[in-house]
Amino acid sequence: MSGGYSGSQPLLQVSDLHVQIASRRGIVRAVDGVSLEVPAGEAVGLVGESGSGKSMTLRAILGVLPSEARVTAGQVLLDGADLTQLGGSQLNKIRGPEIAMIFQEPMSALNPVMRVGSQIAEGPQVHLGMNRRQAAERALELMRRVGIPDPERRYRSFPHEFSGGMRQRVMIAIALSCDPSLILCDEPTTALDVTIQDQILRLLTRLCRESGTSLVFVTHDLPVVAQVCDQLAVMYAGRIVERGSVEEVLTQPCHPYTLGLVRSAPDVDHPRSSLVAIPGAPPSLISPPAGCRFHPRCKFAEEDCTVTEPALRLIDAGHSTACLHFERCLDELRTEGADR
Amino acid sequence: MTTLPQGTELPRATGPAVLAPPPDGPLLQATDLAVDFSLGSALIARMRHEAHVLHAVDGVDLTIPRGEALALVGESGSGKSTLARALAGLQRPDRGEIRLDGKVLPARRSRADQRKIQMVFQDPYSSLNPRLTVGGMLHELLRVHHVVAGSEVESYTRELLGLVGLGEEAVHAYPRQFSGGQRQRVAIARALALRPELLVADEPVSALDVSVQATILNLLQDLRAELGLTLLLISHNLAVVRHLCDRIAVMYLGRIIEVAPTETLFASPRHPYTKGLLAAIPRLTFTPQGDAPAVRGDPPSPLRIPAGCRFRTRCPIAQQICETQDPVLTASAGDPLHSAACHFAFGATPPPREPAVLPSTSDE
Repeated sequence: MSGGYSGSQPLLQVSDLHVQIASRRGIVRAVDGVSLEVPAGEAVGLVGESGSGKSMTLRAILGVLPSEARVTAGQVLLDGADLTQLGGSQLNKIRGPEIAMIFQEPMSALNPVMRVGSQIAEGPQVHLGMNRRQAAERALELMRRVGIPDPERRYRSFPHEFSGGMRQRVMIAIALSCDPSLILCDEPTTALDVTIQDQILRLLTRLCRESGTSLVFVTHDLPVVAQVCDQLAVMYAGRIVERGSVEEVLTQPCHPYTLGLVRSAPDVDHPRSSLVAIPGAPPSLISPPAGCRFHPRCKFAEEDCTVTEPALRLIDAGHSTACLHFERCLDELRTEGADR
Repeated sequence: MTTLPQGTELPRATGPAVLAPPPDGPLLQATDLAVDFSLGSALIARMRHEAHVLHAVDGVDLTIPRGEALALVGESGSGKSTLARALAGLQRPDRGEIRLDGKVLPARRSRADQRKIQMVFQDPYSSLNPRLTVGGMLHELLRVHHVVAGSEVESYTRELLGLVGLGEEAVHAYPRQFSGGQRQRVAIARALALRPELLVADEPVSALDVSVQATILNLLQDLRAELGLTLLLISHNLAVVRHLCDRIAVMYLGRIIEVAPTETLFASPRHPYTKGLLAAIPRLTFTPQGDAPAVRGDPPSPLRIPAGCRFRTRCPIAQQICETQDPVLTASAGDPLHSAACHFAFGATPPPREPAVLPSTSDE
């Protein structure tokens, strides 16, 4: 496989994953051949626009796809075991002690009629064989670790009595409760205010660093990825189009779509006179364009882009792109740098 | 009702001639504006020793000069959207007055007054009538408000759509046939159709994808330049605000706590909350971040606003005086355009301290 990450055996290895959704108009290829490695102890970001397949990829890893969607091909290897082949009860043994998940909307992910303390204590009771008292002790300790003030009193509160930020802290406590080796995050701070987002991101990165937990972090917010992640994969129309270290991908983007994303967001520290939008709209995933899926929106597109679908190839140590003409992105960055 | 100008030209910075005399004062001036929401029963609230009136906007003074783009930033619950709705006449204020061109707007606005302040909402999926074509929507609006002569409705509609970058075929399309970005263009066209003096945009790009956000931000910027629009932009995204606005007002728990020209605010924020807010923005930097957050704690519930300064429960420099005296928004001696509501905004800053009352600040 091309474009692997450096380091030894990855903790999680997704290879050639395909997820399809049956719809009235045809089969939607939501994830179409995604390969991704997550090394132990690292945070990997997955960015793209809505509909790019980033959330579907994340859900496929844990086997929590919506009912109309299913994995049609590919492997999800965790420590050598293929999760796509496991049944419900076997997966339940993985969910919690091996892989945990944090969702965007904590209010809909938490049980509204169960006290938060019991929700945190549930995992350790089921998976770690703790009795009720031990599990309650552990829940209190976790509540302290994630910064919930007055945990003894808040243990008996219900989710609706918490603010959005506190609910997300509860979600983090639940995710950490069984010491997983991997946490999947689906836009965990998108619904939060900027000061609360800042608190949650710092908390999450500190706790994962301390416990050596790996992260897969799905978001559309590039500065958030820059703050949290080590590695970055950019998705477009169900495929990964570029990946590498966060710094390299965001400062030296080698795919016109990544370049477009970087340029279309206003940068708070470097205001520009005008933003450069990506023209057009993402393609239909029922019948995606032939050749490179980005070519109808790409200003560098050539004849060859419309013919063959470019595979992800390594262009530099740990940096790969699925663009046939990636040098043009670098040329453009260079001329722009000279203009400044 | 005022006779409205005929013809298809769009509003200019100077305003239509019939609205003469051309005013020298600010376009919009709000004084001591307050909006309260009453929640549930007063009796039950008293039994629970809780307030049952939520002060969403709690005494706001705001001035918007003609042609300016002013941003209103703050976290959810700070009252920024309620303030915007009150200015647009969608929410009746409980106190205070709003002047447009020096004339006080009554609580029940005439149709002519309604026309002058128009709003663009956050979610273009719920703000457009799904059963009306774009043309139908605009035609109805133009006829009800007599914006142009009946014979010119069609051509004016096409002109409006062109202005927001939509083709003529959009006239016959329903909202569902458009993408999110295009819907927001329709919403902007609808707001501009009435030739408003002030456009209020409440989080106009928050529901859109990053690459689409850019097109809408560029459109708003172009419209400002072309039409000399006065814009009030409500946003929690400071990058968007910095890109588009001349001046920024920061809100916290129903009050404006700092106002300054955009670059002044970014270069030297004076209120501790503004400083924290700016520091909390995720940035495209790759150096490891510290573990200490920019602002600690949750904002207090608007039902239990702290006595004294309302930020003191989260403030790193809060002193004795902050518990007893509510600081008023005061202009800097050196820069009359820069105001802040902090006892220590423009003087010597006291040493930082641990916030003493952190646990009780989270809302329950």
